[in-house]
Amino acid sequence: MTTQSETGYRSEAAALPIGTPRHHMVIFAVLFGLLLVAPSVLYPVFLMKVLCFALFASALNLLLGFGGLLSFGHAAFFGSSSYVAAYAAKAWGFNPEFAILLGVLAAAVLGLGIGALAIRRQGIYFAMVTLAFAQMVFFFALQAPFTGGEDGIQAVPRGRLFGLIDLSSDLTLYFVVLAIVFGALLLIYRIIHSPFGQVLKAIRDNEPRSVSLGYKVNRYKLAVFVMSAALAGLAGATKAIVFQLASLTDVYWTMSGEVVLMTLLGGMGTVFGPLIGAAVIVTMQNYFAGFGAWVTVLQGAIFVVSVLLFREGIVGVLAKWLKKPL
Amino acid sequence: MSAAMTQQNAPKADVILSARGLTKRFAGFVAVNDVDLDVQRGSIHALIGPNGAGKTTCFNLLTKFLQPSAGTITLNGRDITRMPSADIARLGLVRSFQISAVFPKLSVLENVRIALQRRRGDSFDFWRSQKVLHELYAEAMERVDEVGLSSFTHETAGELSYGRKRALEIATTLALEPEMLLLDEPMAGMAQEDVARISALIRKIAANRTILMVEHNLSVVADLSDRITVLARGQVLAEGPYEAVSKDPRVIDAYIGAGHE
Repeated sequence: MTTQSETGYRSEAAALPIGTPRHHMVIFAVLFGLLLVAPSVLYPVFLMKVLCFALFASALNLLLGFGGLLSFGHAAFFGSSSYVAAYAAKAWGFNPEFAILLGVLAAAVLGLGIGALAIRRQGIYFAMVTLAFAQMVFFFALQAPFTGGEDGIQAVPRGRLFGLIDLSSDLTLYFVVLAIVFGALLLIYRIIHSPFGQVLKAIRDNEPRSVSLGYKVNRYKLAVFVMSAALAGLAGATKAIVFQLASLTDVYWTMSGEVVLMTLLGGMGTVFGPLIGAAVIVTMQNYFAGFGAWVTVLQGAIFVVSVLLFREGIVGVLAKWLKKPL
Repeated sequence: MSAAMTQQNAPKADVILSARGLTKRFAGFVAVNDVDLDVQRGSIHALIGPNGAGKTTCFNLLTKFLQPSAGTITLNGRDITRMPSADIARLGLVRSFQISAVFPKLSVLENVRIALQRRRGDSFDFWRSQKVLHELYAEAMERVDEVGLSSFTHETAGELSYGRKRALEIATTLALEPEMLLLDEPMAGMAQEDVARISALIRKIAANRTILMVEHNLSVVADLSDRITVLARGQVLAEGPYEAVSKDPRVIDAYIGAGHE
């Protein structure tokens, strides 16, 4: 009887929707294919902006949707990395890949510092601590001599990738950005579906219970905080190279709010939600720019509607409807 | 001096968990006051008492979810008074919670697997696919089967009925193969038929381990426990087998005084 049921378990285990559900890989592949041909229809700089924010929102989603930690200060990592990368590329003449790497490193170190202090608090207090630190980073960016104050760092050279490929062409840069962002998205996907990710979800669902099972939850929380900060940094640094600009907007608290909005609108705790959320918000900002200040009002209205009608976000609702995790 | 004290108060070899002078003060009142407790290895020990007697506080102190203000706790002769809760779980003393403690968004199987995953040590390997956890599936299935949940394996834990959540919680706890289990009001808020089922389950799992359970109701633990400690106002009122404890006038008084039969 035992042997029979054991084999039964095994064949069932093989068919389980765990590991990497096949439909996720299909969606990733289709998305990648679409993005490869997208520049023939859409403006590459716009697409790059969407990609950078898709990565930024996915980084936040890793922390919020899978770690259960709401950071209201993610602009600190996005922005400081953007400043570091811009400065390294402009003042020190770093190649773009090293400038971006340095930015990511700075964001990770900052994330380690802020995270170590913030994870001592829970819920709304955690959010407030991250916001407070982000405001400190903002004032530092405003006052420090090398950040350019109100002007920011402008005319950042895009340079040559690996010293070889000239990135001044938008189209060339687009494919580089696509590779960076897609690589990072796949990394996030792997983190979520790793043994580490399993523990993370358990902590999100029930922290005291995770402790009682012997997990040292603070170490996991800090680890995911640093990962999320570094990935947000990758988004910020890439954005700095794309727009050849690092500015106060990148570290301002509204940026932290915007990325939370993107994540919630798309569907927190889903794999593809943040991408959709980022695409919707960036599209609105770009194509409704003619409405001036009304963009903010529209954004607010859309958010209210989404909270009222589909609380799980666009992709969250879709997943429920299709009865498949997305 | 402390060594001499430990020597003097050293519990007998068959005592697994022992507390001496356990005290917890909150601002303004003493929730647990100078409690001595010895749990015999292999027994089912119940900690009962009327509302506000300090049972749950006592329980939280033993598992270090609260820091004692005074006193010592030893597990297998080892002082765990200052140890963090996660480390205590790793020593084989695992607790359950009063409110059912499942991971609501994970499936039943994943709930159990997260406990089995502890065997790998820490799981900081974020670069590896969770396919490495496949080897735990057969056992996770057995654990789920053990508590009668095999037809709910892929259900989301949050959608189970209350009684099934408790069963899942026990399966998760058992997956750690703890030497000792601390159950916080395992029958609280449960329908009558569920009480019988969980009682049977507790008796079954007690076969080769020690159990300390907190209960509100004396009759629930009557035929289940080997030894009962009655707490009232943070202090030990009586201790002994059910027959003795239930006839103790102080115990009857405490329960009547608190408005119970």
